[in-house]
Amino acid sequence: MAHLEVQNITKSFGTHHALDGVSFNVEKGDVVALIGPSGCGKTTALRIIMGLETATSGQVKVAGRPVSGCGHDRGMVFQHAELLPWRNTLSNIGYGLEMKGMKEPELSRTAMHYLELVGLTLAKDRRPHQLSGGMKQRVGIARALAIDPEVLLMDEPFGALDSQTREGLHGELLSIHAKTQKTIIFVTHDLDEAVMLADRVAVMHGGKISQIIPIELERPRLDMRAIRTSAEYSKKRTLIWEALHDAGVSAAA
Amino acid sequence: MTTDAEIQAPARVERRTGQASWTTTVPAWVITTISVAVATGLWEFFGRDVNPLLGTYPSAIIKAFFSMLQTGRLQDALIQSSQPFIVGYIVAAIVGIPVGLLLGRYRILESALGIYVTAGYATPLIALVPLLILWFGLGFMVKAVVVFLLSFFPICINTWFGVKAVPKTMIEVGTAFCASQTAIMRGIILPATIPYIMAGLRLGIGKAVIGIVIAEFLTAISGLGGIIITSANSFRTAEMFVPVILIMVLAVALTALVGWLEKYVAPWQSEITGHDSV
Repeated sequence: MAHLEVQNITKSFGTHHALDGVSFNVEKGDVVALIGPSGCGKTTALRIIMGLETATSGQVKVAGRPVSGCGHDRGMVFQHAELLPWRNTLSNIGYGLEMKGMKEPELSRTAMHYLELVGLTLAKDRRPHQLSGGMKQRVGIARALAIDPEVLLMDEPFGALDSQTREGLHGELLSIHAKTQKTIIFVTHDLDEAVMLADRVAVMHGGKISQIIPIELERPRLDMRAIRTSAEYSKKRTLIWEALHDAGVSAAA
Repeated sequence: MTTDAEIQAPARVERRTGQASWTTTVPAWVITTISVAVATGLWEFFGRDVNPLLGTYPSAIIKAFFSMLQTGRLQDALIQSSQPFIVGYIVAAIVGIPVGLLLGRYRILESALGIYVTAGYATPLIALVPLLILWFGLGFMVKAVVVFLLSFFPICINTWFGVKAVPKTMIEVGTAFCASQTAIMRGIILPATIPYIMAGLRLGIGKAVIGIVIAEFLTAISGLGGIIITSANSFRTAEMFVPVILIMVLAVALTALVGWLEKYVAPWQSEITGHDSV
């Protein structure tokens, strides 16, 4: 039994089918990327898994249990971090824990642990507007990890960052994954991000998964420079590019 | 060549900022003080030539102010006016903020009751004072009710629109982490709405001031409004201006108090938006 099962989910807005039967399984500890052009349904799929939207049909199971609505078995990282501006870094990380019902002093202790994990100890007391984009997103990741979810869901988490910051965070996420062995699903439109981070890349188009491409790069992926220049990296990058391109051409035809 | 340009470029910027003109260096309060002093001086100079029935001037108002202080008339009136003002305004805030929060959050309440708040805000409520007198008499109660009615709607409507302006994604953070409805309301919507609530409270002060003065004109003639109307009726123009200016000063002070309160309860807000105009 897979850790996360997405079984034939569909989503319709009136006559428009945003998702048209999406199924995939994710094993425990695996990282899956959903990639595709705007409007392909990748974010909708992620939001349904999170329970922010309900599927028209189909179901999602986490660790064998069907999910409906929100749950602390899934942790969400938002596109623009979405930190609460009145909370400082530590308290933003602790938000999910508070909602989970955790009390002091355990709450601060746990939040501190994740603050250290993302390397923001010095920014503990700052408010979000005093943080850079990359720091904000690290807080967003720490907030989602802090509730110790089965699955980490990330909606274009690095899309709004400049490329240098983005690559820094790729390294960070790889090392966090090596430490925590979390199951991760993330949405992206960045080919390099998909190949670098994922074990499998699901190429989506028109509300369907057109291909699932396995990335056979060994973990832990600590040497990003070596990975980038490896044959597997460029081979898979080309494969995904072609999958996206073919889907685009067939759509235009 | 390239290196030269690179080195020179920042220096040029620095020189430009270094040569700031007096319009940006003189503190704002100095400019305000000068402006007020000039306006008062002009009023004093030209006001002295005006028929005292039709106009007055600053030094005459100050003289009237001290003589009214000596007799205790001004203090009594201030106390009389402030009681229904405070009660009416505070009840308006206590009722208006929660009602606004609920209207903004729950679609069913918004569609069922929003129309009355919008209508109430647009209604010339002052026109209802004669009716309110029949209901609540001529004393304290009717004045508090008028103040309440006038300040309730701007407070409520601002809170309501403030909730509507909370970004959807911010609420989704609560939903994604399984926050209860109460936790979303208290932990996300309320803090995110504070700037709008404060704007409503500020507008409410202006409306409440109008409410108390009009109520004192139309009901038992008393308080600061009472002084205005009795002085005007006996052509004591300088005396009439004393409560007018006092009310103005108090209203400005109260508005500033709300601004200070906002910095105190929502310090992150002024940090984010805090900027000076050019």
